[in-house]
Amino acid sequence: MSTVISVAGLKKSYGQTHAVNGIDLEISRGEIFALLGPNGAGKTTTVEILEGFRNRDAGEVRVLDFDPATKGSAAQSWRDRIGIVLQSTEDAGDLTVFESVSHFSKYYKSPKNPREVIELVGLTEKADSLGRTLSGGQRRRLDVALGIIGSPELIFLDEPTTGFDPEARRAFWTLIRDLRDEGATILLTTHYLDEAEALADRVAVINHGQIVEISTPEHLGGRATSLATVSWREGGVTRFEKSENPTALVAQLATRFGGEVPELSVKRASLEDIYLEMIGGAHE
Amino acid sequence: MSKPTALSIGLQRGGLEIRQFMRQRESVVFTMLFPLILLAIFGSVFSNEIAEGVTFSQYFVAGMIASGLVNTGFQQLAIMIPMERDFGTLKRLRGTPMPASSYFIGKSILVTVSMLIQVFLLLAAGVAFFGVNLPTTADKWLILLALLVLGSACSTILGIAFSNVPKSGRGASAVVSPVVIVLQFFSGVFFIFTDLPQWMQQVAAIFPLKWMTQGARSVFLPDTFAAREVAGSWETGRTFAIIGAWLVVGLIWAIRSFKWERR
Repeated sequence: MSTVISVAGLKKSYGQTHAVNGIDLEISRGEIFALLGPNGAGKTTTVEILEGFRNRDAGEVRVLDFDPATKGSAAQSWRDRIGIVLQSTEDAGDLTVFESVSHFSKYYKSPKNPREVIELVGLTEKADSLGRTLSGGQRRRLDVALGIIGSPELIFLDEPTTGFDPEARRAFWTLIRDLRDEGATILLTTHYLDEAEALADRVAVINHGQIVEISTPEHLGGRATSLATVSWREGGVTRFEKSENPTALVAQLATRFGGEVPELSVKRASLEDIYLEMIGGAHE
Repeated sequence: MSKPTALSIGLQRGGLEIRQFMRQRESVVFTMLFPLILLAIFGSVFSNEIAEGVTFSQYFVAGMIASGLVNTGFQQLAIMIPMERDFGTLKRLRGTPMPASSYFIGKSILVTVSMLIQVFLLLAAGVAFFGVNLPTTADKWLILLALLVLGSACSTILGIAFSNVPKSGRGASAVVSPVVIVLQFFSGVFFIFTDLPQWMQQVAAIFPLKWMTQGARSVFLPDTFAAREVAGSWETGRTFAIIGAWLVVGLIWAIRSFKWERR
């Protein structure tokens, strides 16, 4: 598989603050890669360096075999191959969805058909509505439409589903998977762990400007092999036990209770538990 | 498909800018009709002749045409661009292959169209209701044309440059409008320039609006009135030189300071 993004030793400071303090990343073609981290962890700075919006202080960065810090017409041909969906925008309120999308298609060498893109993001019924009349979720889908109109090989999605209702999120996830199936590589930043879990092939957790771990969502933080917690009710209190062999423990309990174990549950750490532990715990 | 050029995208952007502008009814009305309301008020209040065959309305129309250059260029852009910066419009555009020049071509088209509408409305209202005389010689029309082209370009560039001064889109109007209004008072738009205190005249002479109004007077007032100007003549050469100099200053300022993102 060819490498789409490669980052080595990336650093960026603002005054005394080391926003990004030595990040290494390799993202392959066709991957959906999620960047997770608390606010101020360095996610946005990293992504904005990759998008060419910010200059770096140190490190090697290649995006589609191009240094994003390059200016001029070479950067324009590079931008023709990427699509950026920024965090909440509220521009073009006085243009219809179709006007915006078809205008943006003029910027690219080989754009998709505007009508088809509007259909793809589920805004066909709103195609002739002004931007300012759209709901938050519809607005976000317009952002995505504008980000993918140029048939990008690489798509940056910054907090794409903030403000979506559950149904809209599911539809959105399907859309992202479809784009990947068409061959696009996707770099996603998100606050939602279920989103990373549902979409991402690999996840990087970033904190204090450094990568804590890169893994698949299933294996992050040793999640797949972590101890399971078995809990049940006994003598009026809820009891917990961590176990490597939860099945054996449950069998034991079943024997002891002679059948049904009161309020039995067996749980593995959720992605959220692992994540919170990794970033130093928002645990009380 | 072949690569779109900066010019072709710029023209498309121009069309889009005008469409968006026309859909903001309040701002269309404010920008286009407010000068006409002023004209109606000043024309009715000061109906006297300020010199042989020159009514105040005629003096005022010349000033308002010069103001129109400032309103449609400097004021419009210095308020609109910070808002676009806040809304993320600029950052989004920066993330596409659109050449930066296309954005500015689009803005120039917007300014040119709104400026032409503005000037046309002022002249039409001036002629219809306030007995304003249009220029009768080709020379004067040529000076008017040069003044509109150079003045509007200067105003556009300065508006782009000044768009970095307001801290936010919401505050832009509060920063920009007073600058324009004070300059209008100082530059002899609302009063006869030579009646203003000396120091005000000298301050005004630093800025381009004073020269735009003087240039407009040289077109709309009879040549006999030139004797009543500060220098006793129209100073046409100096007028264009100073507006041109501001254009260069604005260009350097804009190139050095323009930001696509709010920081």
